[in-house]
Amino acid sequence: MTAIAARPRLRVGIVKMASCDGCQLTLLDLEDELLALGDRFDILEFPEASSLRSSGPFDVLLVEGSISTPEQAAEIIELRTKARTLVTIGACASYGGIQALRNWSDHDVFRAAVYAHPEYIESLSTATPVSDHVKVDAELHGCPISPDQLRELLVSVAVGRRPQIREEAVCLECKRRGTVCVMVAQGIPCLGPVTQGGCGALCPTYGRGCYGCFGPREQANTGSLSRTFAATGRGDLGVSRLFAGFTGWAPPFREVIDERGGPPGMTPVAAGEGGGDGRH
Amino acid sequence: MGATDGILTGAPAGEREFNVPYVTRVEGEGSLVLRVRDGEVTEARLKIFEAPRYFERLVVGRTGDEVIDIVARICGICPIAYQMTAVHAFEDAYQVEVPPVIRALRRLLYCGETIQSHALHVYLLHAPDYLGYPSALAMAQDHRAVVEQGLALKKVGNQLISVLGGRPVHPISVRIGGFSRVPWRRDLDAVRAALDDAVAWSQATVRLVASWDPPALEHPQPLVALHHPAEYPYNDGRIVSSDGIDLAPGDWGDAFEEQHVEGTNALHARTHDGKVYLLGPTARVTLDADQLHPLAAEALEATGLRDAIRTNIHRSIVARSVELLHACAEARDLIDGYRSPREPRVPFTPRAGVAAWSTEAPRGLLHHRYEVDDQGCVTHARIVPPTSQNQGAIEADLAAFAPSVLDLPDHEAVHRLEMLIRAYDPCISCATHFLDLRIVDDGAEERI
Repeated sequence: MTAIAARPRLRVGIVKMASCDGCQLTLLDLEDELLALGDRFDILEFPEASSLRSSGPFDVLLVEGSISTPEQAAEIIELRTKARTLVTIGACASYGGIQALRNWSDHDVFRAAVYAHPEYIESLSTATPVSDHVKVDAELHGCPISPDQLRELLVSVAVGRRPQIREEAVCLECKRRGTVCVMVAQGIPCLGPVTQGGCGALCPTYGRGCYGCFGPREQANTGSLSRTFAATGRGDLGVSRLFAGFTGWAPPFREVIDERGGPPGMTPVAAGEGGGDGRH
Repeated sequence: MGATDGILTGAPAGEREFNVPYVTRVEGEGSLVLRVRDGEVTEARLKIFEAPRYFERLVVGRTGDEVIDIVARICGICPIAYQMTAVHAFEDAYQVEVPPVIRALRRLLYCGETIQSHALHVYLLHAPDYLGYPSALAMAQDHRAVVEQGLALKKVGNQLISVLGGRPVHPISVRIGGFSRVPWRRDLDAVRAALDDAVAWSQATVRLVASWDPPALEHPQPLVALHHPAEYPYNDGRIVSSDGIDLAPGDWGDAFEEQHVEGTNALHARTHDGKVYLLGPTARVTLDADQLHPLAAEALEATGLRDAIRTNIHRSIVARSVELLHACAEARDLIDGYRSPREPRVPFTPRAGVAAWSTEAPRGLLHHRYEVDDQGCVTHARIVPPTSQNQGAIEADLAAFAPSVLDLPDHEAVHRLEMLIRAYDPCISCATHFLDLRIVDDGAEERI
């Protein structure tokens, strides 16, 4: 313990791009450990929680949110130069988030649908993960991230070891938890077989199918699962909508969505103006 | 106002400009520009540079149950408010009657969100202003017990949400017709025990924050909140105002609209006759005082601040703490009266039409309106978050308050202005998909 205590306090920053703030909130939700974290880390930049500001350098920088504006695209490159270790937190920063579903559509259509004066909206034509822009040293997944995984990450950087985050499908968490398979027993479509664990198989335990918020697990066989879903007669759009969620832009899920003609609401049904390839 | 030239060319003689390039300790990214000429405020503008995420368009083509999951992501701090507003909107359109026990569970879930959101704001975001610290972590060096009490309260709210919805941020159980799963009574035992403490802590919270002296401000604004004769407003009630508005929860558009305001391109919500109005704890404890839990009503009475809350937004911390106590006390009562229903939800059939509703988010009235086709898929959506409705009131308060800080040194004046904005507990992440951005006119000197 003394060896750990003698270490200099790590300089930490927490910043956000396009996001809901929920992953940052997960840090504040570590209620039992928060004050101890404040003793162990020098939290230099965390504008959601502190008026003290810093432009770095940081030993660890946690980045929430996807890159959606020209300012963010420039800012993340600048931040990367100031961060020894850059960690993305959550589905937006790691996969683009729910807002990445607009990547299938004409950006102008989106702007015009929401804003009276779309010409004043300065945003990129896509919302993309941080790793499309800079090197990322580690990713925490989930929408929102898991408090246990966040705790493990912080402890590991504090003691200077690699974080130990299990790589396995949600299915294994269901088995371990003793949850009866919702797909087998009730015929509810579930992304558990192709989705990374970390949530503790929350949705199946609560009587729903997994909606993939932790993103695809390694070597996810999404083709096979999507054909299984299609075999139940739900049609291309019915299959696509299952994958077109908070991590739909992750390549294994994206491929299914592309094969099935794009996410719901994104493509003109009959006119076929550009189909699902409107992205840049 | 026509002040754009002034912004671009710098402040002329006799004019003073205060910039807060990044308002901290709020949810999301915003900035403030305040321009003063000869002691008169000529412009007070809360600007939003949070990136747009286009939620109204993202939900097009999705079913009601998908919408519930998607709109939660508008805000990590108040996802339940978004889920609740959407679920009620669709149930109203589909003429689904949920049993009283499901209705009670939804109130319980909303209590959980109110507890965690209000504890977060009162203790971690707002209290540092009163006690003179840049953050709750810094404040904990000298006031550890205060911060620990706030964290303990916040934890109770999160426990409650987790039991009902699986996790504190973006819970997963709310479905049209009920829940995907409802708890057994024994699942609630641990949080029931914690709520006894939480009631006592929140009573102490009201006394503590009432003892703090706020900056002076005498500026009552028109108030808007839901009102229900039998309960403090969360999921249900009519939209009422201090000026006599009285509407069904789906009929927000009958009295209010989104407008362009001269000199900015931000869309603000106004009444049809152009008035700004104030939402949130201040509005609710004033318009719904008779529906407060007896413990909360008693605590509010003991502060002697009922009228002061009405006229000085800095006192919102007292109103928020009274609501924190209300939510803890009501959650305890709801659990005591709870018996698990046989079925977690009732069946429903989608039908084409308009699905519209309003609920009381921690920050105030939240309105959703969806147009739905006969497959149950959304064809058009409008979401009006509380912060975009409060923006006009924030700017009006800034203009009323600013003259009192003009004699202070710049950094102190700016701190006071920022403190006033924080008193609103603004949620800029919520507001952004709605508010127009002014990047075009966002001159370099304003960005700093």
